[in-house]
Amino acid sequence: MSVAVHPNPSHGPQGAAVETEHGHEHDNGSLYVLGFWLFIIQDLILFSCLFATYLVMQGRTAGGPTPKELFDVPGFSWETFLLLTSSFTCGLATFQLRRGKAASTIGWLVVTVLLGLGFVGLEANEFVTNALEGATMQRSGFLSAFYTLVGTHGCHVSLGIGWVILLMIQLARRGVTPVTFRKVFIWSIYWHFLDIVWVFIYTAVYLNGLAR
Amino acid sequence: MLEQVKDFASHFFVTGDPLIYGADVSIVVVSLAIIFVLTYFKRWGWLWREWLTTVDHKRIGIMYLIAALLMLFRGGVDGLLMRTQLALPNLHFLEAEHYDQIFTTHGTIMILFMAMPFIFALFNIVVPLQIGARDVAFPYLNAISFWLFFFGALLLNISFVIGGSPDAGWVSYPPLAELGFDPGPGENFYLLAILISGIGSVATGINFMATILKMRAPGMTLMRMPMFTWSVLVTSMIIIFAFPALTVALALLFIDRLVGAHFFTLTGGGDPMQFVNLFWIWGHPEVYIVILPAFGVFSEVVATFSRKRLFGYSAMVASLVLIGIVSYLVWVHHFFTMGASADVNTFFAIASMVIAIPTGVKIFNWLFTMYKGRIRMTMPMLWTIAFVPCFAIGGATGVMLAVAPADYQYHNSYFLIAHFHQVLIGGVVFGMLAGMYYWWPKMFGFKLDERIGRWAFWFFNIGFYVCFMPQYALGFMGMTRRMYTYPEGLGWGPLNFISTIGAYMMGIGFIILVWDIVYSIRYGERDLTGDPWDGRTLEWSLPSPAPHYNFARIPVVTGRDAWWIMKYQMKPEERPDLGPIRPIHMPKNSGRPFIMGVAFFVSGFGFVFNWFVPAIAGLVVVVLCLILRSFEYDAEYYIPVHEIEETEAALGRL
Amino acid sequence: MSTHSFTSRLLRLAVPGVLALFLTAGCSPEQFVMLDPAGPVAQTQLRLIIISAILVLIVVIPVILLLAYIVYRYRDKPDNDASYEPEWSESPKLEAVWWGIPIVIIAALGVVTAKETFALTRPPVSNAKPMTIEVVSLDWKWLFLYPDQHIATVNEVHIPVGTPVQFVLTSDAPMNSFWVPQLGGQEYTMPGMAMGLWLQADQAGDYLGRGANFTGTGFAHNTFHVIAQPSDAFNGWVQQVQSENHPLTVEVYDQLAKPGLAQTMTFSSFPDTLFHDVVQKNGGMSMPMNEEAWTSGRTSSASSSGQGMSGMDMNH
Repeated sequence: MSVAVHPNPSHGPQGAAVETEHGHEHDNGSLYVLGFWLFIIQDLILFSCLFATYLVMQGRTAGGPTPKELFDVPGFSWETFLLLTSSFTCGLATFQLRRGKAASTIGWLVVTVLLGLGFVGLEANEFVTNALEGATMQRSGFLSAFYTLVGTHGCHVSLGIGWVILLMIQLARRGVTPVTFRKVFIWSIYWHFLDIVWVFIYTAVYLNGLAR
Repeated sequence: MLEQVKDFASHFFVTGDPLIYGADVSIVVVSLAIIFVLTYFKRWGWLWREWLTTVDHKRIGIMYLIAALLMLFRGGVDGLLMRTQLALPNLHFLEAEHYDQIFTTHGTIMILFMAMPFIFALFNIVVPLQIGARDVAFPYLNAISFWLFFFGALLLNISFVIGGSPDAGWVSYPPLAELGFDPGPGENFYLLAILISGIGSVATGINFMATILKMRAPGMTLMRMPMFTWSVLVTSMIIIFAFPALTVALALLFIDRLVGAHFFTLTGGGDPMQFVNLFWIWGHPEVYIVILPAFGVFSEVVATFSRKRLFGYSAMVASLVLIGIVSYLVWVHHFFTMGASADVNTFFAIASMVIAIPTGVKIFNWLFTMYKGRIRMTMPMLWTIAFVPCFAIGGATGVMLAVAPADYQYHNSYFLIAHFHQVLIGGVVFGMLAGMYYWWPKMFGFKLDERIGRWAFWFFNIGFYVCFMPQYALGFMGMTRRMYTYPEGLGWGPLNFISTIGAYMMGIGFIILVWDIVYSIRYGERDLTGDPWDGRTLEWSLPSPAPHYNFARIPVVTGRDAWWIMKYQMKPEERPDLGPIRPIHMPKNSGRPFIMGVAFFVSGFGFVFNWFVPAIAGLVVVVLCLILRSFEYDAEYYIPVHEIEETEAALGRL
Repeated sequence: MSTHSFTSRLLRLAVPGVLALFLTAGCSPEQFVMLDPAGPVAQTQLRLIIISAILVLIVVIPVILLLAYIVYRYRDKPDNDASYEPEWSESPKLEAVWWGIPIVIIAALGVVTAKETFALTRPPVSNAKPMTIEVVSLDWKWLFLYPDQHIATVNEVHIPVGTPVQFVLTSDAPMNSFWVPQLGGQEYTMPGMAMGLWLQADQAGDYLGRGANFTGTGFAHNTFHVIAQPSDAFNGWVQQVQSENHPLTVEVYDQLAKPGLAQTMTFSSFPDTLFHDVVQKNGGMSMPMNEEAWTSGRTSSASSSGQGMSGMDMNH
C-alpha cells in the first residue's frame, strides 16, 4: 500500500487512515476510534460499579484486616510511579508514531511494556504477600471488593501488555501504515484510560483507606 | 467404576420427572432429525458458508429472529406450565422445586433470550437499510455478538436436562442465590449464560451506536433519520450505559459462588443490598432497552399505514432521549420496600412517574399521525392499534405502582405481575410482531398471510386480556408472585382458572402465528417491487430481499421519509446524480466468531461444574481467536463492478 | 370514618363493571383484601390507590376513545369523506396540550405521594401508647418477639386493637417481606438489618399475613395470622402465654431456624438479646449505626424507614 502517513499530529488517526485511492464510502479509522471510545465508556461504567461496590464494602472487614493495616505505602507508591511513567512513555511512543517512525515507536513501546510489567509484578507481589498473611478475598467483604477492583484493573493492564506486544510485531513487519497507526493509537487510548482508572484507585482505595 | 459413572450421571443429568424425560427424548430426536436432513440434502457446506460464517447483517438479523421465536416458544411453554399448575387450588401438576425452576427460566428467557434477540433482529435487519449503509460499523464484531448470544442461550437451555435449572428467580437475589441456599449448578448456568450473552449485547450496543453516528447516507442528518433508527440510537446508548452494571452484579455473585468471596453473603461482611442496587441499575434501563425499539417500530408502521407523515417528529425524538435519560433515575422503585428513607423513596417515585409524561406524548403523537390519514388495517397496523390501549392501561398501572406508599401494597403481588406483562407483552411483543410482519417481505421477499395472521392476532390479543386482567384482581386479593400453589378459601381459584384459559388462548395464537409463517413460505404473496406497503424510508427503495451489498450506489437524502420524497415529490431531473457504480468494499465471511461462541460455551460449561480444564481451555481458544484476528490484514474484499451490474440487472434494477 | 366509606364507595363506582365480572366469577368483595382495609395505614394506601387510579384514567379513557374514533373515522375506504392531510405533522398548540396535561397530573400525584410517603414513616395517630414487636423471618416461618411482654410466638401474632404497632423486622434466612394486606403494605425483612413498619388494626379480627418475597421451596406456605383483639383480651392472652412455662431457648431457636414449615407456637419467654444477636450475626457487626437504629426501634420513636438507610450507611 502506498498511503502516506500524515505528518501533522493534529490530524491524528483520521488524517492517516483515509484510504482514498479505493474510494471508501466512510472513513474507517475514525469509525474504529469512535467504536473504541464507546467501549471505553462502557468500561468506565464497569469500573464505576466496582468502585461503588468497594466504597460500600470498605468498612465491612468482618474482624479481618482493615485498609490501614493492609496497605503498604512504598508498594502502592511504586506501582503508581511505574504506571504514570508508562503513560508518559506511551505518549512518547505515539509521538514517534505520528512522525511515522516505526523503530523508535517500538522502542518507546518496549519501555512502556517494561514499566507495565513492573507494575503488574509489584501488584502480584502485594496480593501474594497479603494472601500469605491470611488477607485473602474469602476473609471479608472488604477484601473481596479490594481484590476484585484492583485485580480487574491489573487484568486490564496485563491484557494491554499482551495486546501491544502483538502490535509491536505488526509494526516491525509492516512499518507505520494507516492500519498499524490506527491500532497503536487505539491501544494508547486504552493505556491512558487505565492510568486514569489507577489514579482513582490510588485516591479512593489507597489514600482514602489510610485516612480512615 | 460403573457405580461411579452411575452416580455421576444421576447428578449430571436431571432425572425423576416425566417432563424432563420428554425433553430429553425430544432434544435427541430433533437433533438427529436436523443432522439427518442436513446430511441427506448435503447441506452442511451450505449451512457453514451461508449462515454460520456470515457477517452479513441481514442474515445475522434473520438468525436472531429465528432464535427469538424459538425462545418465545420455550418461555411460553414455561408460562403455560405455570398457568396449568395455578389453574386450581392445591394442584400437584408441578412440585415447588420444579415450579421455582420454571418461573426462573421463564423470566430469564423472556427478557434476555427472547426480547433482546428480537430487538437485535430488527436492529440488524433494518438499521443499515434505513440509513443507506452497506453493513454495520463492525460486521465481524456483529457476528461475534450473535454467537455469544446464541451460545449463552444454549447454555441456559441445556440446564433443563443437564445439571438442573436455576431456581432463585430471574432477579436471583442473594443470599438466596448464594451457595449456602442454592448449591446446585443451576444458578451457575444462569450467571454464565447471561454473562456470555451480555458481552454480545454490549458489543451490539457499541456497534449500532457507531453505525448510526458514522455511516448514514449523505444528506441524512440526525433530524432526518427514520424514527426506528432514532430509537435504536437511544437504545444503544442505554445498553452501553446499563449493561456493565449487570455484568458486575452477576460477576461478583459468581465470584462469591466460585471462590467463596463475601460480596453478598449473609456473613463475612457481605451486603446483599449491593446486588439489588446493581441489578436494578441495569434492570430498569433494560425495560427501556426492549421497549424503545418497539416504539420505533410503531412510529414507522403508523406513518406508513396512515399514509401520512409521522406527527411531531421533534417531540418524538425529544421524548426518546428523555426516556433514555430518566430511565437511569428510577431503579429504586423496584425496592421501595427494602428500607430506603422517605426522601429517597419520594425522589424515585416522582422520577418514575415523570417517565409517563414523554411516553404519553408519544401515544398522542401516534394517534395524531393517524388523525387525518388513511388507515390501512394490515397486520403490522393491527398490532400497533392493539398496542395503544394495552400500553395505555399498562402505563397507567405503572404510574399507580410508582406511588411509593401504594407500592407497599402492590409490591410482589399479582398486580405487579399483571402490570409488567401488560407493558412487556402489549409493548414489546406486540411491537416486535408488528415489526416482524412489517419487515418480513424485506427479509424474505414475500408477505405473511393476512388472513391467518388475523386469527393469530385475535387469539393472542383476547387471550392476553383474559389472562392478565384477572391477575390485577388477584393482586387486590393478596396473591403474591412465585407461589407454586395456593389453598382454597381465599377466593383465588376462579380468577386463576380464567387466567389460565387466557394463557392457553395466547398459546394457540402463537401456534397460528407459526402456521402463518409455514403457510406463507409456500403461498405467501411474493414481493416483486421491494416496496409492498408503499413505504416511506430507504429500506423500501431496495429489492426484497436486498442484495448482500444493499445499495449498489449510496443514495443521497434530501429530507425525512427519504424514499417517499424520491417516489412522489421529486421530479426526475431533481434527482441527485449518484455517479457510476464503483467496486464495493465488503467484509469477508469468517468462521472465527462461531468458533469463539463455541469456545465461550465450553468455558462457561466448565465453570458451571467447576471443571477447570475445559473452562481454561475455552478461554485459551478465545484468546487465540483474538490474536489471529489482530494479525488478519485481508479480512475484506471488493465486489467488482460487472458483478454488481449483473446482480442489479437480475433484480430488474438497471 | 367518613373518608373510608367515601373511598370505598368511590372505588365501587369507579370499577363496577370489573367488579361485577369478578363477582360473577365467584369472588366475594371481602376477599379483595387490599381493598378492605382494617386499619389506618391500609386505608391511606387504599386512598392513594383510588386517587392514582382516577388520575391516570383521566388520560387513559380519552386515549382509548380517541383511538376508536380515529381508527373508525380515517379508515382507508374509497367512500370515506374525512379530510386527508398527508403532510400535516406539526401543531405546537396540540402538542402543548398533551405535554401539559400529563405534567399537571403527575405534579398532583407527586405531591400526594410525597406527603403520604413521609406520613407513613410516623406512627398512626392514636390515643393508645405505641408498642413494638420484633419479627424474625426464618425458612419458612415467622418468629414474633414481644420485648415488653417478654413472650414469643411463631406464625401467629396478637395485637391490641387501636394501638399503633411498630414491627421491627429482620431475617435469619434469605430476605423475605412482611405483608398483612388488610393492615397495610409490606416491608422487607433483611439479614443484618432492622427495619421498622408501623401498622394498626382498628377492628378486631384475624388477618392473614404472608411472606411476600420468594425464599425457596417453602415460600408458598409461609403465612401467618395477625389476631387483633380488644386490649383486655390481648392482655389476658399475654398473661396466659406468660404462665405456660415454655421458654424459647437458644437451642429451640436453632432448631426453629432450620429450613422447614412449622405450626403456630407460643413461648413464655425468650433470651433478651435474641433479636440483637440475630441482626449482628448476619452482618450487623460491621454496621456501627445498626445498634442505634435497633434500639430506637424499641423506643418507637425513629422514623420507620429511616432506620434501614442508617443501617446501610457505611460512612460513619
